[in-house]
Amino acid sequence: MKADPKGVLTGEHYLDGDHACAEGALAAGCRFFAGYPITPSTEVAERYVSRIPMVGGIFIQMEDELASMAALVGAAWGGKKSMTVTSGPGFSLMMENIGLAAMMETPCVVVNVQRGGPSTGLPTMVGQQDMMQARWGSHGDYQIIALSPASPQEAFDYTIKCFNLAEKYRVPVLFMMDECVGHMTEKVVIPKPDEIEITPRRLTKLAPEKYLPYKTNGDLVPEMIVAGTGYKIHSTGLTHDERGYPVMSPGTQDQLVKRLCDKIKLNADDIIEIEEDQTEGAEVIVMAYGITSRVTLPAVFKARKKGIKVGYIKMITAWPFPEKRVRELAKKVKAFVMPEINLGQMVLEVERCAAGQAKTYHVPHAGGWVHDPEDIYQVIEEAVK
Amino acid sequence: MSKQNNNLPEHPMERLLRMDRIPHIWCSTCGIGTAVSCFISALEKFEYPMDKVAIVSGIGCTGRVAGYIKLDSFHSTHGRAIPFATGLKLANPELKVIVISGDGDLSAIGGNHLIHAARRNMDITVICVNNFIYAMTGGQSAPTTPLTANSSTAPYGNSDPPFNLPLLVGSCGATYVARWTALHIRRLTKSMHEALNKKGFSFIEVIAPCSTLYARRNRLGTGLDLMKFYHDNSEIKHGAPLEELDINFQQKIIVGKFIDKEKPTFVDNWNNWLSQKLGSKFVPYGVAKA
Repeated sequence: MKADPKGVLTGEHYLDGDHACAEGALAAGCRFFAGYPITPSTEVAERYVSRIPMVGGIFIQMEDELASMAALVGAAWGGKKSMTVTSGPGFSLMMENIGLAAMMETPCVVVNVQRGGPSTGLPTMVGQQDMMQARWGSHGDYQIIALSPASPQEAFDYTIKCFNLAEKYRVPVLFMMDECVGHMTEKVVIPKPDEIEITPRRLTKLAPEKYLPYKTNGDLVPEMIVAGTGYKIHSTGLTHDERGYPVMSPGTQDQLVKRLCDKIKLNADDIIEIEEDQTEGAEVIVMAYGITSRVTLPAVFKARKKGIKVGYIKMITAWPFPEKRVRELAKKVKAFVMPEINLGQMVLEVERCAAGQAKTYHVPHAGGWVHDPEDIYQVIEEAVK
Repeated sequence: MSKQNNNLPEHPMERLLRMDRIPHIWCSTCGIGTAVSCFISALEKFEYPMDKVAIVSGIGCTGRVAGYIKLDSFHSTHGRAIPFATGLKLANPELKVIVISGDGDLSAIGGNHLIHAARRNMDITVICVNNFIYAMTGGQSAPTTPLTANSSTAPYGNSDPPFNLPLLVGSCGATYVARWTALHIRRLTKSMHEALNKKGFSFIEVIAPCSTLYARRNRLGTGLDLMKFYHDNSEIKHGAPLEELDINFQQKIIVGKFIDKEKPTFVDNWNNWLSQKLGSKFVPYGVAKA
């Protein structure tokens, strides 16, 4: 379906990434926002709450991030597209109910405008240190979807994609922004509503007496209902069967948890979006995401000028990791280079998927600032040897 | 399924219970079942489409209530029933949302959510079954355990003063506050019915026996002995000052309805204020479908 025109601010704007993210949410049909202020993400909430009274929806500033995330899950079952926004310390608190959302298969969007950590860390300065937390942060086995934008335009575009994926796969989708993208101001083009594709909720058409809330029909994702429409369902964070009833057995756990993982893993090709440039015939491939994917470009151009065959991959999707493509390329290239603003997170995935067939070089950087492209160039030069 | 045995009459509360989940997990003489029975009776008198009623629980013995009631029902995470209910209610204001959970869930790990929901006058009903202990995990102290009472984490008696729950929620702005014991089934049912009909944040504390852990550890006898204790030691005092509602170990329990007042809810305040400030630009929330 197409976007509801009420939320779409069609036109050319000059916005920072946080504001663009809020506009993306409004365009995607998000009509419930629960949040708690935290730098450098607060501007998303501020933008949203300044606009939503005229669009028709609700904003609530909760008492903490635990509450925000729990409210998000409740609101999704109440029938709204819902989102929250935070940064590292709040992301840690949200993990509890991100797990609940994964277990109850609740579509919702969690934005993390990353800053330097650990703990209170560098509240106003950039980091990409929560990438593994995004994947593994809540306890237990589950799979998640996480995207990372590199510009305010992408913050707008991919916020919409986050909502669409959340609906398609009934999973919390994590939008892993970073402080630089959140606070940089650039041109953002917001299309007309009928040019914005929106994925509606997968609501069942079955009659209440025939409907089982966690029964799938071939494609691993069960159909949903809206509370208050007569289905009288039960949903729980406990291990449950197709009826949604708790069943404390290894067999039920095996069936449920495998499906929660498989619905993402087996649909990875549909979910994953990466941008490639000159990867065919490359000797070295530089992979990056978020702000680092932009900081990397001068290094790539310099290396190409020096005659090094450098391919470039910008990862829009961080999770599920683009495993298949990295495995293919590992057979053809000498090495992968991954700069990121942490001391080694997504690079572990690159290394795992390269599986010794190509070398993996990390360009680490602690939080607080972006790489000097020259440092990335030096590693490319080293990697091609 | 109850229908499998034709000799059994239909359970009188079958319409609102998930009979395919019976038997339930609660111990015999536990007070939670009584609270649930009273709640179902109140629901039956509640003139509201049952399709539009939703139950949210947290974690613990009382946290299991949602799973037995045949309505849209959600068994959320420990302490988060109220924020979950907040999201559910705000997303779909037509719903009547009831939180049923325990004292530990609502006042310890969920304490922050409890006071803020009361402050906002979130339009939900909270039923707190207080058995003075964390029962699901084996009888540890809760923020409601009376001073000197024994628990598995206070083996020499509790030295940590408890909450007075009516005072807590009342001082934060709840529009309806009552307390009954599991013995007061008629009055408890009436209070639940009143709370269901109340607009705003309503709160009912239900003092309930836990014979398996609290009574056994404290040598108070069986669940029946505790009911006798409630009979002999509870005093009905409607409108009692909230400060006088402390519960001390095996001493008088004051019960009754303490607060019943009208106040605009969170959504009322949102709509009233923003229509004042923004005029016709404002799209009122949850009022009428456009």
